[in-house]
Amino acid sequence: MTDLAVRQPTVPAAPRLTLRLAVRDIGGITRRNLLRIIRTPQLLFMSIVQPTIILLLFRYVLGGAIRVPGLNYVNYVVPGIFLEAVLIGGMTTALALAQDLQAGIVDRFRSLPMARPAFLAGRTLADLCRSVLALAFIIGLGLLVGFRFHNSAGACLAGVALIIAFGYAFTWVYAAIGLAVKDPQTAQMASLLPMFILFFASSALVPVSTMPGWLQPFAQNQPATVTINAVRALFEGGPVFHDLWQAAAWCAGIFAVFLAISLNLYRKATA
Amino acid sequence: MNAAIEVEDLTKRFGGTLALSDVSFSVRPGEVLALLGPNGAGKTTLIRVLTTLLAADSGRARVAGLDVRKNARAIRSLIGLAGQYATVDELLTGRENLELIGLLYHLDKTVYRDRAQDALERMSLTGAGDDRVKTYSGGMRRRLDLAASLIGRPPVLFLDEPTTGLDPRTRNDLWQFITDLVAEGTTVLLTTQYMEEAEHLAQAIVVLDAGRVAAQGTADELKDQLGGNVLEVQVTKRADLDKAASLIAGLGSAPPRLEASLNRISLPVKGGPRVLIAAGRALDDAGVELEDLGIRRPSLDDVFLAITGHPAASVDDAGQAPPASKAAR
Repeated sequence: MTDLAVRQPTVPAAPRLTLRLAVRDIGGITRRNLLRIIRTPQLLFMSIVQPTIILLLFRYVLGGAIRVPGLNYVNYVVPGIFLEAVLIGGMTTALALAQDLQAGIVDRFRSLPMARPAFLAGRTLADLCRSVLALAFIIGLGLLVGFRFHNSAGACLAGVALIIAFGYAFTWVYAAIGLAVKDPQTAQMASLLPMFILFFASSALVPVSTMPGWLQPFAQNQPATVTINAVRALFEGGPVFHDLWQAAAWCAGIFAVFLAISLNLYRKATA
Repeated sequence: MNAAIEVEDLTKRFGGTLALSDVSFSVRPGEVLALLGPNGAGKTTLIRVLTTLLAADSGRARVAGLDVRKNARAIRSLIGLAGQYATVDELLTGRENLELIGLLYHLDKTVYRDRAQDALERMSLTGAGDDRVKTYSGGMRRRLDLAASLIGRPPVLFLDEPTTGLDPRTRNDLWQFITDLVAEGTTVLLTTQYMEEAEHLAQAIVVLDAGRVAAQGTADELKDQLGGNVLEVQVTKRADLDKAASLIAGLGSAPPRLEASLNRISLPVKGGPRVLIAAGRALDDAGVELEDLGIRRPSLDDVFLAITGHPAASVDDAGQAPPASKAAR
C-alpha cells in the first residue's frame, strides 16, 4: 500500500478542464478557506465587533445629536451599518490573499492542474459566507437596539440580498488590493481606504445634503450611497426604482471590473 | 528526444538583471539533476519557468515531452513541486493539506484519501496527520510539503532547495527518501547550495553562476576539469601564511587560496606525493612551522571556486530566506 510512485507509462493527452472539475476546485478552495476562518475565531470575532462598535456609537453616543428628516435616526443609520458590516469583512480578503502570496501557497496552487480562477472564487465565496454570518449578527443587534423593518417581507429580503450582493462585489476590490500589494500589513492598511471613502462620505450616517457642496456630487452618486438609499427604501417603503437600478449597476460594474483585474493580477502573481 | 526535461537557450530578464542567460541542459528519465549555485544564481527562476509559474523571455523548455509554453496545464498534472519554504497550510491538518492538493490534481475522492493516508505513513506522519500543521516541527513540515508534491504521483519532481535549514538527521532522511523515489523511476530536478548534496544525490550536476551555466557533468567529470588534487597546508603562525603561500605557489596549477581564519592554504596541483614532498621540503627549509600538510581529491567546492572564481555558498547567506517568501505563518 505504500507504492507512491507507480509511473503512468505514457504521457496522457492534455486533460480537459470541464466545468464540473472547475466547480469541484472552487468547492475545495472554499472549504479550505472556511476551515481557516473557523480556526481563526479571533478574526471572525473582530469582523463582528467592529460594526457592533460603530452601531452602538451612532445609536447611543452620536445619534442623539443627529436629526434626519422624515425618519427615526435608528431606522436611518442601521441599514448603513449593515452595509459597513459586509464592507469591513472584505479587508480579510485582501489580508488572506497577501498572506497566501507571501507564504508561497499561491505558487503551489498555480503549479497544480486546477482551474486557476478557482483560487480567487474560493476565497471570495468563503468570505461571502463570513459576511453573511456577520450581517445576520448585526441585523439581530439592530433589532435589539430599536431598528424595525416596515416593508413587506419580500422587499426586506430583497434589501438584505442587495447588501450581500454589494459586499460580494466589493470582495473583488479587496482581492485586487491583496494581490496588488502582496504584503499583509500593507494590504490591511490599503483596505481601509475604500472603507473610509465609501462609508463615511456616503448617506450611511448623515444625509448627503448636510455635507459641503463640493463633496455632494461624489457622495450622492457613489456606490455605497445609492445602495444604502435603495436598501432603506426597501426596508421602509417608498420609491425605490431609481436607487435600485443604480445600485445594481454599480454592483455589477464593480464585480465585472475587479474580477477582471484580480484574475489578471493572479495570472501574473509572483510571490 | 526522450529526455524528461529539456532546456534550450532559456533567457529571462528582470528589469536590467539577467536572471537566466542561454541556459541549456537536459535530464534523462529516472535521473536526478542538481542545479548548483549560490543565492541569486537563477536556480529558483529556472524552477519557476519549468513549473509553468513564469514565462521565459526566449528559449525553449520541455517537461515530460511537453512545451512549457503551449502545454502548461498538461504539464501541471505531470509534475510535483516542493518549495524551499514548506508551502503547506498551517491552519489545516496534515491530512487536510494532502487531500486538498489531491482534489486539485483532479483525483477521485477515494483515490486522494488513500494516497493521503499512504503518504502520511510513508513520511512517518501518521500520528500527526490530524493535527494542525502549526504544531509541526520544521522537518515534519518539509516532509508534508514533499508528500503534497507527490500526491499526484508525478513522473517529474522539482525540489527547490529541499534541505536548506534542516538538521543533519532530517536531511539524511530526506536524501534517503529522494533516493528511493528515483529508484522507482521518478525524474528529479533539485536545486541546492550544498556540494555535498549534489554529490550525494545527483547523477548530473549543472553549475549555475549569475544566470549562466558555468559547467555541467557528473561530479567526477567536474572534478577532472579541475585536474589532479588539492594540496592543503595549515601553518601554526598566522604571520607565516603569506610567506608559505608564495613558497608553494610555483607547485600549483592555479593560484593558491588563503583562508586566514584557519591559517590554511589550498592549492590545486597536478601531481601526487612528489608535490607533497616538494612542498614539505620547501616550507621546512624556510623554517615555516606546520600544523598540518596533506593532499586530497578536490571537493565540488574547489571546483566551484575554480569555475566561477568565488565560493558557492558563504555561511552568511546559506539558508537565509529572501524577504518575499517567508515560511507560512
